[in-house]
Amino acid sequence: MAQKRLAIIATKGTLDFAYPPLILATTAAALDYEVTIFWTFYGLQVLKKNRNLKISPLGNPAMPMPVPMPVLVQVLPGMESMATIMMKQKMAGKGVASIDDLMEMAIESDVKMIACQMTVDLFDFKHEELLDGLEYAGAARFFEVAQQADIVLFI
Amino acid sequence: MADITLDAKGLNCPLPILRAKKALKDMASGQILAIEATDPGSAKDFESFCSQTGNELVKASEAAGVFYYEIRKP
Repeated sequence: MAQKRLAIIATKGTLDFAYPPLILATTAAALDYEVTIFWTFYGLQVLKKNRNLKISPLGNPAMPMPVPMPVLVQVLPGMESMATIMMKQKMAGKGVASIDDLMEMAIESDVKMIACQMTVDLFDFKHEELLDGLEYAGAARFFEVAQQADIVLFI
Repeated sequence: MADITLDAKGLNCPLPILRAKKALKDMASGQILAIEATDPGSAKDFESFCSQTGNELVKASEAAGVFYYEIRKP
């Protein structure tokens, strides 16, 4: 049986949205897929060596809150950090892997990471700030990966 | 009788599958990996994992909130 391939475009850089690409990539790798993630725009934050991902309840009325919280309270300074700390605690309590752990497992299982060079330039990121061993490329490279893939996901 | 037992209790998706995959990698063909998990989603996930990877799910049961699986490496 030919090896299946998965290609993911990861565009988001909040703590919560760092999960779907990494969960799917590590799981697909465990199912013997060859996996490539193309990180672009805010997704690049997940590739930082010193990543400091946060969640924001702002603009996300679907986020379950421990107590009802008016939007005007959510904009107060410190709310983002508080929400992030609470989310991390909840995740650890429920046995959910951390993003650091999932990224390590993804790299261990040979998930190929491509960083979008255009957005690296746009945000003035340095290659040294991002994980070692990344490939830097653009949209044409993604299509080369995508046309070989059995599954392509945009997250 | 399992050759190796993996304690995945308290771990949530996708960790039980990832740990199982890692354990199977170091095992010999024909050996059996036993897994204990508390993630209720693991029941369907281990079925799917085995049907897609050629490993054989030889046992799946649940008692008092702990799911128990035995997987034979092909």
